[in-house]
Amino acid sequence: MSPEQLILAALGVPLAGALLIGVSGRFSANLREAATLLTSLALIACVWSLLPGIYAGDRPATQLVEVLPGIDIAFRVEPLGMMFAALASGLWLVNSIYSIGYMRGNREKNQTRFYVMFAVSLAAAMGIAFAANLFTLFLFYEMLTLATYPLVSHKGDPATVRSARVYLGILISASLGLLLPAIIWTYYAAGTGDFTPGGILEGHVAGPAVGLLLGLFVFGTAKAAVMPVHRWLPAAMVAPTPVSALLHAVAVVKAGVFTITKVIVYIFGIDFLFSEPSSGWLFYAAAFTIIAASVVALRQQNLKRLLAYSTIAQLSYVVMAAAILKPLAEVGAAMHMLAHAFGKITLFFAAGAIYTASKKTELGQLNGIGRRMPVTMAAFTIGALSMIGVPPTAGFISKWYILAGAFQADNYLALATIIASTALNAAYFLPIVYAAWFRPDTTPADRAHGEAPFAAVLALVISAALTLAFFGYSAPAYELEAQLVRGQP
Amino acid sequence: MTDLATHLPVLQVVVPLLLAPLVVLLRPRGLAWAAATAGSVMALLIAVNLAVAVLGGTDVRYELGGWSPPYGIALRVDAFSALLLLIVTGASSAALLAARRSIDAAIETDRQPLFYASWLLALAGLAGILVSADAFNIFVFMEISSLASYILVAGGPDRRALPAVFKYLIMGTIGATFYLIGVGLVYMMTGTLNLADMELRIHEVADQRPILVAAGFITVGLALKAAVFPLHVWLPNAYTYAPHAVTVFLAACATKVSLYVLMRFDFIVFQQNLAGHEAQFAAFLMPLAVLAILVGSAVALFENNLKRLLAYSSVAQIGYILLGVSMVTVAGLSAGVLHMFNHALAKGALFLAVMCLATRFSGLDLNQLAGAARRMPWTMAALVLAGLGLIGVPGTAGFISKWYLVTAALNEGPLGFFLVAVVVAGSLMAVVYVWRIVEAAWFATPATADGPGDEPAPREAPVVMLLVTWAVALANVFFGLVTGTQRELAERAAGALLGGAP
Repeated sequence: MSPEQLILAALGVPLAGALLIGVSGRFSANLREAATLLTSLALIACVWSLLPGIYAGDRPATQLVEVLPGIDIAFRVEPLGMMFAALASGLWLVNSIYSIGYMRGNREKNQTRFYVMFAVSLAAAMGIAFAANLFTLFLFYEMLTLATYPLVSHKGDPATVRSARVYLGILISASLGLLLPAIIWTYYAAGTGDFTPGGILEGHVAGPAVGLLLGLFVFGTAKAAVMPVHRWLPAAMVAPTPVSALLHAVAVVKAGVFTITKVIVYIFGIDFLFSEPSSGWLFYAAAFTIIAASVVALRQQNLKRLLAYSTIAQLSYVVMAAAILKPLAEVGAAMHMLAHAFGKITLFFAAGAIYTASKKTELGQLNGIGRRMPVTMAAFTIGALSMIGVPPTAGFISKWYILAGAFQADNYLALATIIASTALNAAYFLPIVYAAWFRPDTTPADRAHGEAPFAAVLALVISAALTLAFFGYSAPAYELEAQLVRGQP
Repeated sequence: MTDLATHLPVLQVVVPLLLAPLVVLLRPRGLAWAAATAGSVMALLIAVNLAVAVLGGTDVRYELGGWSPPYGIALRVDAFSALLLLIVTGASSAALLAARRSIDAAIETDRQPLFYASWLLALAGLAGILVSADAFNIFVFMEISSLASYILVAGGPDRRALPAVFKYLIMGTIGATFYLIGVGLVYMMTGTLNLADMELRIHEVADQRPILVAAGFITVGLALKAAVFPLHVWLPNAYTYAPHAVTVFLAACATKVSLYVLMRFDFIVFQQNLAGHEAQFAAFLMPLAVLAILVGSAVALFENNLKRLLAYSSVAQIGYILLGVSMVTVAGLSAGVLHMFNHALAKGALFLAVMCLATRFSGLDLNQLAGAARRMPWTMAALVLAGLGLIGVPGTAGFISKWYLVTAALNEGPLGFFLVAVVVAGSLMAVVYVWRIVEAAWFATPATADGPGDEPAPREAPVVMLLVTWAVALANVFFGLVTGTQRELAERAAGALLGGAP
């Protein structure tokens, strides 16, 4: 297939897969799970075969339909989107393996709807990754929000629906109320919304309007959870764990920081933003979010809520790195999307495995659990170390690049923020690790348990291995993202 | 055939008008429906032909009996009327095609021929307004369509429709009378009823008080008929208690036709001829439009009956149309005209879906619809699709007009930012009220779990009804992606209105 066809295939495969999953779900659960795995393998084949071309400097593009003059649904693959698509498609496979173990282990209802909506979400993520302009990106951004709602509200009891309503309410009202006006403003000012290396807004917007427009973009993209539009993330913790993994690692929050990074690099242009003082606030907003979210995480007693606040902080790493507005920092932002994805999906897999095996959700219950679930807790430890940024894990690599970018900009506040948050991360992750391995086990004898189902354990081993592997093998990703700032067409 | 083609403007009115008395005579069951539907579809085909002719080049003119104006009656179809004709005949055809089972359930068999005859009269009246080039003929057709639609609204089994229709009748009559007073004053000063002649003669007497009074009477009278906030009070009850099929028809087009007359009269006759009329028009209507959007949407947020909720949403949507119009720029007018088309699509599909729901549910309060999506997944999916169009989500037709509206507002300078904020706030409220329907249908569990007897059969609406509903719902997506034709019509309509040429 030509690269252009591959792009469309990457969108079509998950949608066709959703249909297949829906139909096969009527007959047998095994058939349905086979369809899910097959679809995710097919998607990986489509997306990853685009990679060599992108390395070689190709930028395949294709247009679907022109809606209004100058406004069209079109796709164009560039390094950042390529990375996001490769990440999402790859982790979908791991996540599907995990889902099978988790959903069966917990005897969840409506499993077919779950797998169908998961596939639809992936199609939306592919659309976001490959979008060639703001309009297309927005279209798929909204599709992702709507497609994940049934996943978040999966349990269906009133408390869950209430939380899911917060999820949907914040995401939709931010995107329609802030992001869409920002997009229309951009089209109105620049006459186009195409993602162009070097940006399109220079000379069209100036002065305080730049800061305002940036604000509309950043807070409109609520998926990136920059405070104060972060509330949906803790609310979405009511979802089943594989969905949390989808939200936190595979697609949703990544779509948010991806959108912000893409807007900064391809719509504003980093040089233009750097020369415009009114855009400076973004850095401080991100730095504040990092510290504040870490402090809140310190006080959490529920494991998944703690992870949610950790995600909020980690996302703002990406936003802050992008807001440093130096080439190395942009690369660091892209690398941190990867590193955080590997580490956080491992942590959520571990949290879900603990829940499946023992129904434990609170930190206080985890004493000595390392001896009952050694594989799970080993993976959890690796994920936690990656969040802190300790070698040899993925988190170290991306922090390295962000710090290098901060030096490039002589931005010492960024250094201080990263150091402070590293200390805070250590302060809330290490006690869990300590308790799990070294405190005496307090589980009553009648609730004894071992590891989670095999599929779940397999998935978290894979993701922990990825977290470690990225430390030694991050060069391909760096090479890809270096193209982002070298200004290749 | 070419011979017939020249008569299309008059056939647009004559076909339904002459069919109406014939339909009364068609007693056998189903025949009246078939005849009315055939007539309506024929009118749609005529409208399509007219639109093609208008798109192909010039406006279509027709002189009744060969008598040239000002002695004879002139008909004229331009881009604006062609677009509105498509909306009116399209809405009527979709509603009739889908509605047979619904009307069978609502109206006794022996009264059905009369009902269908009224329907055709309403259609003829609305089409007549759109093809007339003459202020008095517009009034005559307005009365025909109004009287017929009073009958339609009151025709259902719901007795609450009677007070609703009485209110509608009184307010509609006041509106029409105001319009007539205005036309009379203009006639007194200019000696003509033909809109084109009026335009030529009115500037000689533009500073005379009767003309100013006429402008006031006409604007207010038509605003009343168009349910412009705060003159909208007749609308929610009339829409709510009318038979479902009638709601589909009227909600999609009735108020828009009144807005059409308002715009035509104001822009062609008064604008550019009366000193300061432009500023007055904008200063009078823009605040009303803003209030309509905000208040209409806010009321819809708290409304519990599905049809009333959608009716209040209509009040807000009229506000969007008027907001574009009140900017008095080509961009703004294009946005307003385009929104007429796109809103008709969205509301038409929504009320069609409501009609489907009503075949299986006895009540249309949101809490009575709990779990509707499990019983009627296809109907509710179509409803959501149309709801997305109403919100203006990209990819649907509603987005196109919102985009135009926001772009036009940004041209207005500092005031524009406020207007954008209003449009955004209205859209967000639309998200909430559409979401309330979704939540009730998908995620709520019925309060009285499986009570004996009142449990509706767990099946979908009749196939034909569902097919039409889906066709209109998909049209929302289609016209959100393929936008050439309606944009060209809307932009040409806006250009013609501001250029002053009839």
